[in-house]
This record gives sequence, structure tokens and C-alpha cells, in this order.
Amino acid sequence: MGFFVEVLLSGLMAGVLYSLVALGFVLIFKASGVFNFAQGAMVLFAALTFVRLLDILKDTFAPITLALIITIAMMIMLAMAIERLVLRPLVNQPGISLFMATLGIAYFLDGFGQTLWGSDIYTLDIGIPKGSIFILESVFEGGVLVAKEDLVATVIAGLLVVTLAIFFQKTRIGRALRAVADDHQAAQSIGIPLNYIWVIVWTVAGLVALVAGVIWGSKLGVQFSLSLIALKALPVLILGGFESVLGAVIGGLIIGAGEKLAEIYIGPYVGGGIEYWFAYMLALGFLMFRPQGLFGEVHIDRV
Amino acid sequence: MTDITQKANLLSIKNIEVIYDHVILVLKGVSLDVPEGSIVALLGGNGAGKSTTLKSISNLLQAERGDVTKGSIFFKDERIDQLNPSTVVKKGIVQVMEGRHCFAHLTIEENLLTGAFTRAVSRKEIADNLEKVYNYFPRLKQRRSSLAGFTSGGEQQMTAVGRALMAKPKMILLDEPSMGLAPQIVSEIFEIVEDLNKKENVSFLLAEQNTTVALRHANYGYILENGRIVMDGPANELASNEDVKEFYLGISGAGRKSFRDAKHYRRRKRWLA
Ligand SMILES: Nc1ncnc2c1ncn2[C@@H]1O[C@H](COP(=O)(O)OP(=O)(O)O)[C@@H](O)[C@H]1O
Ligand SMILES: [Mg+2]
Repeated sequence: MGFFVEVLLSGLMAGVLYSLVALGFVLIFKASGVFNFAQGAMVLFAALTFVRLLDILKDTFAPITLALIITIAMMIMLAMAIERLVLRPLVNQPGISLFMATLGIAYFLDGFGQTLWGSDIYTLDIGIPKGSIFILESVFEGGVLVAKEDLVATVIAGLLVVTLAIFFQKTRIGRALRAVADDHQAAQSIGIPLNYIWVIVWTVAGLVALVAGVIWGSKLGVQFSLSLIALKALPVLILGGFESVLGAVIGGLIIGAGEKLAEIYIGPYVGGGIEYWFAYMLALGFLMFRPQGLFGEVHIDRV
Repeated sequence: MTDITQKANLLSIKNIEVIYDHVILVLKGVSLDVPEGSIVALLGGNGAGKSTTLKSISNLLQAERGDVTKGSIFFKDERIDQLNPSTVVKKGIVQVMEGRHCFAHLTIEENLLTGAFTRAVSRKEIADNLEKVYNYFPRLKQRRSSLAGFTSGGEQQMTAVGRALMAKPKMILLDEPSMGLAPQIVSEIFEIVEDLNKKENVSFLLAEQNTTVALRHANYGYILENGRIVMDGPANELASNEDVKEFYLGISGAGRKSFRDAKHYRRRKRWLA
């Protein structure tokens, strides 16, 4: 039992990161109907910017804080540039044009990020503790072994999700974002400027990408493959529904836990490697039987 | 009804032409005035161009690939036809769109609060404003925490008007408030509109197909057909006009008129031209 919980927990903690990436997708999709293929590239770009700034600023009095501030500023500028140069000129164009545009953004960010910051693998150390500890010793005999960095990552991601939830539910801007997601024409009719809202959601998505990138980067090193985690977010989205923030979070956890459990308990019978395709098989199953996802939003059609 | 035509114009549309998608000409030179403090009805059948006229004022046309290609629109003597929708709201004009367009996944109260988005004022002032809206629409207060998508058509219409009020507008562009509502609810809403007009000094430009009700509550009316104004006048005069009665009020003096009746035939043709 203790071992099962151990596998489950490590899966859930990996899933937290999938959730974060999926969350970035969902935010942008809800507010602007754009399927943002560049979310993965934003993760890489943010992490790369952060890790290189950290190196440049290592002799200053507060390298981590400074690097964080500058990286956040860059993500805000990126959001503004995307709104001005991509979204605004393409307003009222069909969804597929916007999707293609985000493909362009993805390639640009991958290329630009590496030109600017280099394409090596950088180790990222922001003081997240390494090693493992035993938890839940009172519940299971011998306790459950978890990696400290996973624990920290989970706490950070959890805090981020809670902060976002409060932002969306309780603030004036958050309310405006939800209004735009519901009915952008009505939102315009009461004076909510769409351009401004787009900048905000792309910024928020950029910050989520930064958190995901930093956590992942300190685990695996900052490298090009970070950009590919977007591919893991896709099954999460299919599972959770493209429009549901809660779905992104739960979907990520299910996929994270599912692939680890499958690897350990089914893997030996089929020769392993399940981790690499489990998520996609699950997504395929969902596409066949529940295409709107677990939390696909109830569409209120009553008028 | 007092004669409001003597007052200064709050809104003035001068000969506008609107084209959708660069080719579809929908408004072919529409002019109309809304005097300060009045309720002006814009009447006409389905597809006449009422909504297009309102959207060209609020500039929600852009989002539908529509464009004002000729003419001009003045609000308090200032040209507003090139402003973006958000600026128009800040100037004091808010549109309540046809079909209400409430935010379905927001509660009634959240819907109302979004209406105050453009106003940089204290929480206190917004709370007072909210209370005022609830005074006009006590039903909304009862249902404040329900999701708007799950409320009735009448409640949604009230929410949409209340949401517009939260912006503290000088003028509301109200598009077919009666659509799909029971007659009793319709008169309830029109009573409140008249109340708002008198007590809050909000002017209304009201697009309606329900000519009877609209003329009962408006000061002045314009009749739009095929993108042109074909007739206008004080509401009581329009309501007693024989042609309006026949074509829009569904009443005619001497039974059904025949198309062979040359006089009416010509008139009808002129209207449809
Ligand atoms: N977005 C649009 N693109 C093209 N044509 C439109 C659009 N919106 C409205 N129209 C056309 O403009 C005409 C007037 O429409 P509208 O202003 O909605 O009339 P009303 O509100 O009086 O029913 C109609 O013929 C309609 O088909
Ligand atoms: Mg209409």
C-alpha cells in the first residue's frame, strides 16, 4: 500500500506541471478563442530568459529576485507585442488563421530564445531542496518516500492556482476576463477593451509558463525539450476540456498519476515504455467516448 | 407628453451609410436626432437596419466587419464615429444588445458589476450604484447570486439594462427589449425605462418591432425601412397615422386594403424603395 501511494504521489506531482502548461492554454482559449500552440515555446523562452539572467546577475545582491522581475517584465512585453503585432491585425479572422499565427509565434520564440540566450542545457538552481524525505509515516508503515523538489513544486503550483482562482473570482479585472470569455461582444458593449484583456491573459499565461519552466527546468535542466511539454498538455486538455480551468488542473493530475501507475503496474507485462504513450491513448479514448472532456463546460443555451 | 423636440440634441446622426464586408450596403443615408432627456423610438420590421444603426453609434460594427462609410455621428456636438467602443462607453453611451447578451456564467450581481468596468470610482460609489439598480429592479436583488444563464428572459433583459446603468450613461441604446417576452413583462420593463428617463435623466434610443408598445412610451419616433428613414414624427402623431396603423400596428380603418387601391400601393412602394 505504501508503495502504491508513493507511485501515485510521484505521478500526481509530475501531473502538476502538465496542469500548469494546460492552464496557460485554457486561459488564452477562453478569453480569445485562440488555440495557443506557442504555450510550450513560452515555457522554454521564460525558463531560458530566467536561467541566463540568473547567470548574468549572479554577482548582484539579489540575483533571483532581479532575474525574476526582469523575466516577468519580458513576458509582459511579449504579451503586448503579440497583441499588437499578431492578434490585433488578425481580429475577426477565422480561428485557423490565429492558430497558424501562434505556430509562427512558437517557432519565433524557439529560434529567438536560443539566438538570444544560446542553446546549451543550463542547470537551474534556485535553492529548491534536493533529496527525498519520508512523509505520512503515521499512516503507512515505513512512510512514503517523496522527492523534496516535487513537494516544493507542488506547493508552488498549488499556490499559483489558488492565486489565479482568487484573481478570476474576486477582482474587477478577473471578472472582466470571465465576461470576455463568456461573450466578447457584450463585453465590448459595456466598454471592456478586448485588446487590454488580451494583453492581460497572455501575460498571465506567460507567468504560468514561467513558473512551469522554472520548476521543470530545475528538475531536468533548461533545454529545448521544455518546449515539447506542450505536447503533453494536449491530452490533458482533451481530458479536462479546453474551456475549464478546473479541468486543466484535474486533467493534469490524472494524466500524471495515470502514466506512472500504468508504467509500474502494467509496464512489466508489455515491456515498459507506457509512460510515453499512455497519455495519448487515454486522450484517444476520451475523444471517442466523451469528446467534451471531463469538465467541458455546461453550455447554457437558454435565452 | 411634453414637447422635447425643443431641447438640444444629445445625439445626432447625419446621413450615415453602413456597409458590411465591404460590399453589403445596409444603411443608405440615415439621419436622426435624440434630444436631451428624450425617449426616441426607431421602428421597422426585421432586417430594416435598426440594430445596424445602433451598432454604428456604439461602434460595435467593427466586430461584425461593418463600416460607417459616409456621414457622421455627433454626441454633445462631438464627433464619435471613429472612436472605439470602450471610449464611446466612457463618453456616456451604452448599448443593450438585441437578445440581451448577459454573461451566462456570471451571477446577476457580477453581470451588473462588469457594467462599471470603465468607471474609475470608489467601491463605495459602485456599491451605491448597485443598490440603486436593485431599487429599480427588485427582482434582480432576489436573484443576485444566480447565474445569469439560468434566469428567465425578463430577468436577463433587466440584468442587461441594469448592467448598462452601472456605467452611469447619459444615453442607452436599447435594442428590441420586448423580443420574446410576455406582454406583462414587456410593460414592466418599459415602465422602468420611462422611470429611468424621468428620474435619472437617461435618454433612450429604442429599436423596436413592437410598434404599439414603443410608441406608447416614446416621445418621438422614426420608421426605418430597408436602410432608409421613411417617416418620422412625435410618437402620438405616428400612433394615429393611418399608414403606420396599417403597416405597423396591424389596425386598419376599413378592413383589408386591396393592392389595387392605387394610393396605398404607391405609398407602400415608396416605403419599400
Ligand atoms: N454582420 C453582418 N454582415 C452582413 N450583413 C448583415 C450583418 N448584420 C446585419 N446584416 C444585414 O443588414 C440588414 C439589417 O440588419 P439589422 O440591422 O440587424 O436589422 P434589424 O435590427 O432592423 O432587424 C439585414 O439585411 C441583415 O441581413
Ligand atoms: Mg435587430
